[in-house]
Amino acid sequence: MEELLEILKELHPEVDYETCTTLIDDKILDSFDIVSIISEVNEEYDVAIPAEEIVPENFNSAQALYALIERLMDED
Amino acid sequence: MLFTSYSFIAFIIILLVLYYLVPKKWQWSLLLIASYVFYFLCDARYLIYISFTSISTWGFGMLIERQGKKQDDYLKEHKELGREEKKQYKAGIKSKKRHAMVLCLVINLGILAVLKYTNFVIHNINGAIRSFGWGSPLTFVNFVVPMGISFYTFKSMGYIIDVYRGTCKTEKNLFRYMLFVSFFPQLVQGPISRYNDLSESLFAQHAFEFKTLWFGIQRILWGFFKKLVIADRMLIAVNTLKDNPEQYGGAYVFALMMFYAFQLYADFTGGIDIAIGVSNAMGISVAENFERPYFSKNIKEYWNRWHITMGTWFTDYIFYPITVCKPMLKLSKASRKHLGEVIGKRVPVYLSAFVVWFTTGLWHGASWNFIVWGLMNFVVIMITQELKPLYVRFHNRFHVDGKRWYDGFQVIRTILLMSAIRMFDVYRDVPLTFQMMGNMVTHFHISTLFSSSMLALGLTGVDYIILLAGLVILFTFSMVQRSGSVREKLWCKPVPVQYLAAFLLLLAIILFGAYSIGYDSSQFIYNQF
Amino acid sequence: MKDMMKETEEKVNIHKKSRRRLHAAVISVLVVISILCLYLLQRLVMPKYAKGIVEGAFAAEYYKETTDHDVIFIGDCEVYENFSPITLYEEYGITSYIRGGPQQLIWHSYYQLEDTLRYEKPKVVVFNVLSLKYNEPQSESYNRMNIDGLKWSKTKYDMIQASMMEEESFVEYLFPLLRYHSRITDLKKSDFEYLFDTPHVSHNGYYMRVDVKPAADFPDPPQLVSYDFGDTAMLYLDKMTKLCKENGIELILIKAPVLYPYWYPEWDQNVKDYAEANDLKYINFIDLADEIGIDYSQDTYDAGLHLNLSGAEKLSSYFGQYLKEEYDLEDHRTDPVYQEAYAEKIEFYEAMKQQQYDELEQYGKIISFGAEAIED
Repeated sequence: MEELLEILKELHPEVDYETCTTLIDDKILDSFDIVSIISEVNEEYDVAIPAEEIVPENFNSAQALYALIERLMDED
Repeated sequence: MLFTSYSFIAFIIILLVLYYLVPKKWQWSLLLIASYVFYFLCDARYLIYISFTSISTWGFGMLIERQGKKQDDYLKEHKELGREEKKQYKAGIKSKKRHAMVLCLVINLGILAVLKYTNFVIHNINGAIRSFGWGSPLTFVNFVVPMGISFYTFKSMGYIIDVYRGTCKTEKNLFRYMLFVSFFPQLVQGPISRYNDLSESLFAQHAFEFKTLWFGIQRILWGFFKKLVIADRMLIAVNTLKDNPEQYGGAYVFALMMFYAFQLYADFTGGIDIAIGVSNAMGISVAENFERPYFSKNIKEYWNRWHITMGTWFTDYIFYPITVCKPMLKLSKASRKHLGEVIGKRVPVYLSAFVVWFTTGLWHGASWNFIVWGLMNFVVIMITQELKPLYVRFHNRFHVDGKRWYDGFQVIRTILLMSAIRMFDVYRDVPLTFQMMGNMVTHFHISTLFSSSMLALGLTGVDYIILLAGLVILFTFSMVQRSGSVREKLWCKPVPVQYLAAFLLLLAIILFGAYSIGYDSSQFIYNQF
Repeated sequence: MKDMMKETEEKVNIHKKSRRRLHAAVISVLVVISILCLYLLQRLVMPKYAKGIVEGAFAAEYYKETTDHDVIFIGDCEVYENFSPITLYEEYGITSYIRGGPQQLIWHSYYQLEDTLRYEKPKVVVFNVLSLKYNEPQSESYNRMNIDGLKWSKTKYDMIQASMMEEESFVEYLFPLLRYHSRITDLKKSDFEYLFDTPHVSHNGYYMRVDVKPAADFPDPPQLVSYDFGDTAMLYLDKMTKLCKENGIELILIKAPVLYPYWYPEWDQNVKDYAEANDLKYINFIDLADEIGIDYSQDTYDAGLHLNLSGAEKLSSYFGQYLKEEYDLEDHRTDPVYQEAYAEKIEFYEAMKQQQYDELEQYGKIISFGAEAIED
């Protein structure tokens, strides 16, 4: 989780990722941010997030994103 | 059948009456028939293509669905299987599914490519033949290109990808699927709906409700106003200016840029208003395609608000898959290692964005004009992206962010920038566009724009007044819309006010619309024997 | 307590009902006002044809007639500029009306006749054959001038369907506002002045011109590939013949004595053959010009395309004699009803003649008529 928050913080330092649950709905993250995140996550956790998982529900909060990563790691 | 033809209006009226008269469970079947009739009236040959795309995507969808079911059944029966075995089995099924999807994409995008781009390819090959003296040029082919093929193909491809991904339910009824693909209001120019978004209200049973119909009619009228009063009138000047570049350089290029910006906006959003209005009148809700794009403060925001359904289509089905596919992730890792963090990180994004904008350009039309237009967007977006830290520093230093005048400045800057890029699809070819843009800068005399020569473009003084009034109305409307649906706001007003608003709109369309023969009937009586 | 609740509920219901009724009433009133408004706008933007090119007013003017006619002329400018019904009345007591129109094509003519038969049954119908040369619709504006003025009927519907050019649409005939809407920014004083009633411009369909422009030489007529008339044109000639026969009307085919457009001898022969085969009269007045006494240096106002008043009166005089002898038409000059109606017509005829002579004298040309007239 720590590493993930760091990745996110680097993109948008001004956002409070602990509480924000509308990262996509409020257009805080754009498509470029999302692919950066995916690439960083791949680097950090060695998990490839497939295109079909790129839906608002998975990216709206750091929590949801972390859950996604855990799930994918588990499936692997 | 054009949206702005009498036959279309008659078609809609008849359809609406029937739609609310037939038993509600037949409503979607009626819509399917109407959609095919609509397409048939445009050109009977179109029907072959659209039915083929519908049936093939539906078939492949069912195939993928069956694989999924097979997997479920197999796993249920073989509970004894270990984790690894299960995984292996799943991977096998997944690959079968992928093959089905890929085959479906290849077939249908292949049709699109052959019909739309063969002549473009031949044109370029001929260019090469000519310049290298390789012999005789190839002859152009003469295919029937079905109206709206780019739209319905994309709609179907979105569906099959979603089915593969499991993010969308498979439609088991062929006819319902055929309606989804051919739903006539969206056939001509979108919006490109997703199956998940459209299906529910498309197949639902709709009882007659005055408000629904009234809202639909209002939206249709608004679309007609934009198209007939503003877009079609401006088109006269746009055509004069772009068809005579040798005569209209300098400030005229700027005039063309601005005319085209508003002509395209009024025409495109007007068409979408009619499409959505017709759907709304039948109780069907359709994804919005525009969100006041000319109020955007930067190009990325603009592309999130202009032709939204196309933008998200490219993002979801091209941009993301390319950036997150395994080879790309590998490339990303490799480039980070060899080129360093800073550049390495950018490689995948740049590559995918390039592909997206190249295809976006190509999708708009089979010519270099559109390709260059797409790539210009790519360049500007990337530059904006790279300059972001600079902007942030500038904003922090001068405390301009959020100030109204600065917002206004950003909005105007974005409009100008987008309009300038769009010039690539105005002039007949790319070199001419560069030449004219250069000419605009070097020969710019502001006085041209206020001289009487502006009256020689096919528009009279009265036309300019009507255009100005129309744009003021559009602007006011957008301002009001920022805080919510204009129709809902009007709905709270007394009945006479609502009625008057709609009637005045209708009157404006009838009286000031640029339609009917030769449009300029003041010449009419002076025809000589 | 329960009762009270019920009562208030009922009151609310009644209130709702009356509100809905009020809404319906308000909306109905608004709809009526809107339709009225659209109607007025339509009247306002429609061309009035009161000055200058007045030919567009002819089609509607017929309906103002109070007396019937023994002779009906149908055809293009070769009838409405070359025959004077007033002369026919003054000299022979023959009542006639010209249901002509600018570049009236044969289907226009046919339906003009059909329309006329809805109101009266003439004894003789005279059709000028020049339009046989056209087999397709020619011009949107002439369509408009020939059709717009007609009253609505099945005939008008058929006429529109037969006449429309490719770019025209029936809806715009049904609601001319859609066709003429752009005139809203170009309205003239006359559009308001003649909102409900346009002024009289013709004399029983005759378009008067008193000026003189001697006939000039016309270019040699080109050779044609075929001298047969088109199928559609002939179809309507057949229909016309049939319609007249069914109604016991004598149909006379004529060719007016003007020098241009050129009337090919082959065409002439075609018409002769047709007339013979169908037991019709055909008179080619070109051959009779000398006998009629037409002097092409004096009797035309546009160098030989159309006759002027003096030419038209000569031709009418001649033709009236013929009609009188051949068809035994009643002399209506002794009938007080006709006397009264025609006294007014003659007065108008003389007044316009005087006005045109005055204009000629003052300006050297006629300024109220023709393409160059300025509309105000």
